[in-house]
Amino acid sequence: MKNRQITWFLGLLLTTSLLLPAIGNADEVFVFTAQQNNHIRALAASCAACHGTMGNAVVNKSTTSAASNAQEGNAVLAGMDVADFSSKMLVFRDGSRKSTVMHHHAKGLSLDEIKQLAMHFSQQKRLLVVPFSAQALKAEHDPL
Amino acid sequence: MTHFSRRDFIKVAGLSSALLASGHAAARATKPPMGRVVIIGGGYAGATAAKYLRLWSLGAIEVIVVEANQQFVSCPLSNLVLGGSKTINDLTFGYDALKANHGVKWLQDTVTAIDTDAKKISMLRGELSYDRLIVAPGIDFNYDELPMLASAEAQQQVPHAWKAGWQTVNLRKQLEAMADGGVFVMNVPKAPYRCPPGPYERVCQVASYLKLRKPKSKIIVLDANAEIISKKGLFTKVFKENYAGMIDYRPDHSIKGLDLATKTVITDFDNVSADVLNIIPPQRAGKIAQIAHLTEKDYPWCEVDFLSYASKLVEHVHILGDSVAAGLPKSAHMATNQAKVCANAIVQLMAGQLPDPAPVFANTCYSFISDTSAMHVVNVYRYDAGKKMMLSAEGGGVSLSPSEKEAGYAVAWSQNIWADTLT
Repeated sequence: MKNRQITWFLGLLLTTSLLLPAIGNADEVFVFTAQQNNHIRALAASCAACHGTMGNAVVNKSTTSAASNAQEGNAVLAGMDVADFSSKMLVFRDGSRKSTVMHHHAKGLSLDEIKQLAMHFSQQKRLLVVPFSAQALKAEHDPL
Repeated sequence: MTHFSRRDFIKVAGLSSALLASGHAAARATKPPMGRVVIIGGGYAGATAAKYLRLWSLGAIEVIVVEANQQFVSCPLSNLVLGGSKTINDLTFGYDALKANHGVKWLQDTVTAIDTDAKKISMLRGELSYDRLIVAPGIDFNYDELPMLASAEAQQQVPHAWKAGWQTVNLRKQLEAMADGGVFVMNVPKAPYRCPPGPYERVCQVASYLKLRKPKSKIIVLDANAEIISKKGLFTKVFKENYAGMIDYRPDHSIKGLDLATKTVITDFDNVSADVLNIIPPQRAGKIAQIAHLTEKDYPWCEVDFLSYASKLVEHVHILGDSVAAGLPKSAHMATNQAKVCANAIVQLMAGQLPDPAPVFANTCYSFISDTSAMHVVNVYRYDAGKKMMLSAEGGGVSLSPSEKEAGYAVAWSQNIWADTLT
């Protein structure tokens, strides 16, 4: 009975990751539990420096930023399709898609992590995030 | 501290966390309160830990941040103030959004002592008890070998500009006042220090400004290290090609003495006189970490368990950011990564569970070599159970060359990390 449940769960995971040529072994899949979610939410949160909280990257409406080629914004990962995320990461990972930084990140992640990140970001709610407004530095701020 | 006095605060802080939290956070507080975490420091590490503790505990952990300053000033991008393409007001933010969006409580105060046995902290204006304490004080400058720079007056004359704020503005003003043909002298302290590529980015930013406005000027860099310690190939090329004839880079040059009146630096090899002098002093863990004995006597950084950032010396105290002894870059992105792993672990620990046994995170670090061009270094770090530390994983690397495209990504990095940390 227990085995059947594991097989069913494994099958479910496989169907959500058909694009990945090799997924983690059965042991890894079996521990896809609360602990695993815990692991992946912290890894996913590491992406926030460029892709925003829970994958909701800041979107620029204008292009008046200091850099001359200031762009609309980095990819919004929240709500991204699992297959779309996975395939993009895989071509970054094998170098077949050129990038400035993403190949350096993708090569550091296991296929299992890419799969779990894809699932994690696909489940996040998409929100519109605009740049946070700066303010004038006050005179009383620590002079040193 | 806007809507209630300290006395009210102490009084109500003992009640359920939901009482004080904003409506938004209170609605999420579906679990019973799990306890109180006090965070010392509202920089990248402290602010991020506060937000993610609230998010991941679904509002069940009460979070109180104690920060001396009213505003957040970003060190990342602050070299651009010296170059002239940013002002300090582009890099300064308030904490109101963080407080309101996540029900984070806030005290503007300075921590003077930690009683780790009684689990409470003392501030200039009161005391607070904690279940767990996060210490994220950033760096402290060590003036033992530069006693002439220890006073506030000396630091106005010779700014460090290594904590962004009025010091950054001061150095920019000195550069603006310097005549064409002047000499700018700066040092690089012995590693480890905050932001490994930062001094070399600063050289580029000052060079970019001088090349445009004061092309007869020179830059002398006195590096206490044997070589450029971050993005070496890229910076070497930029110094030589983009700023040819302008930068005199001298490795292995430790500062042995300093004459303030003439702005003359004495090294083992030479005496170097400056029109504008920028000394970045050697660094150690933030002052409160030393006061509370979170560092060993002979090593000025805090040793932690990399699964939870718990101090190896004291129970129920976690340490984050630049104060941590890690052998990893002391960067803003690393500080936020550590904060997230720590917040994740604290939520687990307070619920009686073990923390994630195998944390993984990435560091993305951009340096601007002019007002329009930037380059990166990236690393993925993975916990090594045998060595009990975070080690560089496969992948990682630096830009092939600086580009305008990467300057756009660097701006996007800043916008996203500010929104992630402060809203």
